[in-house]
Amino acid sequence: MLRKIRISLAVFVFISITLLFLDFTGTLHAWLGWMAKIQFLPAILALNLGVIILLTVITLLFGRVYCSVICPLGIMQDIISWIHGKTKKKNRFRFKYSPAKKWLRYLLLGAFVPVLALGANAVALLIAPYSTFGRIATNLFSPIYRLCNNGLAWIAERVDSYMFYSTEVWVGSISSLVVAAVTFVIIFILAWKNGRTWCNTICPVGTLLGVLSRFSLLAPVIDKEKCRKCGLCEKQCKASCINSTEEEIDYSRCVACMNCIDSCKEGAVKFGVRKRFFASAQNDKENQNDKGRRAFITSGALLVGAAAKAQVESKVDGGLAEVSYATKPERKLPMVPAGSVSLRNFENHCVACQLCINACPNNVLRPSSSLHNFMQPEMNYDKGYCRPECNICSQICPAGAIRPISIEEKTAIQIGIAVINLDNCVVNTNKVNCGNCARHCPAEAITMVPQDPSNENSRKIPAVNEQKCIGCGACENLCPARPFTAIHVEGIEVHKTR
Amino acid sequence: MKKIDRREFLKRGGAAAAAVSGMGLLTSCNNNKGVAESDNGPKGEMTYRTNQGSGDKVSILGYGCMRWPMIKDENGKDIVDQEAVNRLVDYAIANGVNFFDSAPVYLQGQSEKATGIALSRYPRENYFISTKLSNHRGEYTKEEGIQMYRNSLKAFQTDYLDYYLLHSIKNLDVFNKRFKNNGLIDFLVEERKAGRIRNLGFSFHGSKEGFDELLALHETYHWDFVLIQLNYLDWNHAGSRNTNASYLQAELDKRGIPSLVMEPLLGGRLANVPDHIAERLKTRNPQGSIASWAFRFAGSQPGVLSVLSGMTYMEHLQDNIKTFSPLQSLTEDEFDFLEKTADLLSSYPTVPCNDCKYCMPCPYGLDIPAILLHYNKCVNEGMITSGKEDSNYAKARRAYLISYDRAVPDLRQADRCIGCRKCIKHCPQHINIPQEIHRISEYIENLRRNK
Repeated sequence: MLRKIRISLAVFVFISITLLFLDFTGTLHAWLGWMAKIQFLPAILALNLGVIILLTVITLLFGRVYCSVICPLGIMQDIISWIHGKTKKKNRFRFKYSPAKKWLRYLLLGAFVPVLALGANAVALLIAPYSTFGRIATNLFSPIYRLCNNGLAWIAERVDSYMFYSTEVWVGSISSLVVAAVTFVIIFILAWKNGRTWCNTICPVGTLLGVLSRFSLLAPVIDKEKCRKCGLCEKQCKASCINSTEEEIDYSRCVACMNCIDSCKEGAVKFGVRKRFFASAQNDKENQNDKGRRAFITSGALLVGAAAKAQVESKVDGGLAEVSYATKPERKLPMVPAGSVSLRNFENHCVACQLCINACPNNVLRPSSSLHNFMQPEMNYDKGYCRPECNICSQICPAGAIRPISIEEKTAIQIGIAVINLDNCVVNTNKVNCGNCARHCPAEAITMVPQDPSNENSRKIPAVNEQKCIGCGACENLCPARPFTAIHVEGIEVHKTR
Repeated sequence: MKKIDRREFLKRGGAAAAAVSGMGLLTSCNNNKGVAESDNGPKGEMTYRTNQGSGDKVSILGYGCMRWPMIKDENGKDIVDQEAVNRLVDYAIANGVNFFDSAPVYLQGQSEKATGIALSRYPRENYFISTKLSNHRGEYTKEEGIQMYRNSLKAFQTDYLDYYLLHSIKNLDVFNKRFKNNGLIDFLVEERKAGRIRNLGFSFHGSKEGFDELLALHETYHWDFVLIQLNYLDWNHAGSRNTNASYLQAELDKRGIPSLVMEPLLGGRLANVPDHIAERLKTRNPQGSIASWAFRFAGSQPGVLSVLSGMTYMEHLQDNIKTFSPLQSLTEDEFDFLEKTADLLSSYPTVPCNDCKYCMPCPYGLDIPAILLHYNKCVNEGMITSGKEDSNYAKARRAYLISYDRAVPDLRQADRCIGCRKCIKHCPQHINIPQEIHRISEYIENLRRNK
């Protein structure tokens, strides 16, 4: 019964949270946004005390149910492992007990915390579970989902329906895609072979919750009088934490999946109150400093290794001039969405789950490829600009990297400043009147001034009022100059409210 | 501007008689001495008109070769679908169409050659070729103009052209610049004398004054025909920058100059009409297509030699052949009815774009006709909202934005228009394109902002 409840909850959570990542229409976020907010690491980074306390209490009461029904990466591994179990009958009993790789677990956790605290998020977030799942969903699942949607949109277009509309499928950053793919393959192999190996050796959240779950009030308990040491429970324990010969369970690794309870033909395994320190009273001398440093360096190197990363007038009628997106300018500072408060705040809180990248309807956000904010979203205005009517990223960010702001607040927040390079401006290069930047500036920060100050009637060139500019990028996106635009936005360190 | 009322129209057209007995009786009522009614064609169905000047017996339905079907070649470039063109030409000729009108600039310069390939499979005397001297895009010398003419002969694989036009001139000034000052017109007149040009004329878009100036040249150069824009909307609703077709036709009739008709359907605008107009036309004649009204209107003018229609699809060709085989001229009632329909139509805020693509390519990559046509479609479907208080606002907003993205790719949308105004001079309908594009862009921006 408990197992069935666990499975139902897990399926519901997994589908919902995956949909949250896949949805690009902005409709599901209002309903499912909370699912990202109850994830452990985002809650920590957002200092969301309510969620932190709740998760701690749940773990102290019931063990690591978080890993079984809330963490999407954990559920994904269960699904992969379950498929393996279905392939052959004998695969149903594919697990066996193995001792904990304690040194690795605690080293990784021990390294994870200071690295995160020091702000080297890019490294730390490579193994954070929710972030990892987010990247897999964004980089691998989402393109497939979007292609299917576009198929439906293609059909809808032909029957003149507006039920589906086509969306762009594109890779925001190759390196981010590679990281997601490599992580997915590793996790897939681990889960296929041994169930929850990732969760119990690498995942820092799993290890941390494992520390708590060692003291949980309730847990699966083996009734030694009924137990006949048949080993069925051990063979079905995906956490490999049941030692049936010793009749012991390593509660720091148990994810409370309840498989053992259903597997026992004698009814010897029950979910109930257990004696404290029943199974795991061994001390953890392994957590020594020298070993720690070495492991940190090796694993860090390993992970970094994985991340290695207009026009002539025509003399005939018709046809279309060639068009292309503008080339990305060299920005001195990256741009992050309104609500981020400052670059530092953003980089310290962002868990690189890329939820916002998927949700951005204007194709502005994409994963960064530079090292210091690797895989965290940054803005670029080639495919679109940060439109004034949209605040979705601020509404869905679970980690407090982009704080919630209203549409009205957004119109007054400066996230960057437009700068002009008149050498590229078509007014100069093509000798035409333009003013497209000024025409589309929602903040009315661009004025067209005479090219020649002494001649009122000379062609008009754009000038930016730095005080009024909010950095939305409408000007950059709609500037006709190629390959580089004549106007682009530079990020600023601290966002200002005008 | 003088409006021609229906009595005069009927007097000229003798349409009341025609309505009873087909076209046979009309000749006597025709006061344009340049065109005569002919017997029906080889199949005994298509209506023919005779050019009294040259004796050409021309099918009342002429094939406009500006809208041949296009496909993508292996490099993604638009090319004419030659196989489809051959099929369309075969069908047209088999059903009595013998007039084909092209121009060197049409379809990115591919029209003449494609039409030539299809036609050259038939004996030369079986069809009439009409093409133009399109020296209106950029600067041309006399030699370049002559070269263009010779290229046309080559493209059609022939040594004479039946109808040759000075392409799109709007007044004397333009005529002088492009044909008089450089001596091109003298060359063309010589070619006519030599029999390599059988009929010399011009195509016209412009004001009444411009037309008068050009017709005044009739005495000097003798226009064998003129190509004008004529349809039931432009008859009396041509707008301030163009001339009512009623005036143009009357002036030609006065001088006995045969007319050719372009834009009889306004690039499909008189077929894709708002729902209640469609209902009105269908109620009156449930069997006839909506387009057939427009073609009958144009054909009912006895001074018209041929009505040119750019038929991209077989069903359009078939429908038009049906309409003209034989032509049932409009009755007095029907003429009234179409006049009222034109009144209703002109009250819609559509942009008068006929998708001729003369404005293209836009140097900044916009797909101008696609933007305007999409807007027109939404106007016709009642999907333009005046604001959030409209009861259908949400629906109209979604429909507009989704269908807009489908019709026009991001980099070719209205917000990319920089207002360089290069397109304006190319538009034969004299639409202020940047102004319209900016207006539509602003409308879309408001929809996107949901305000």
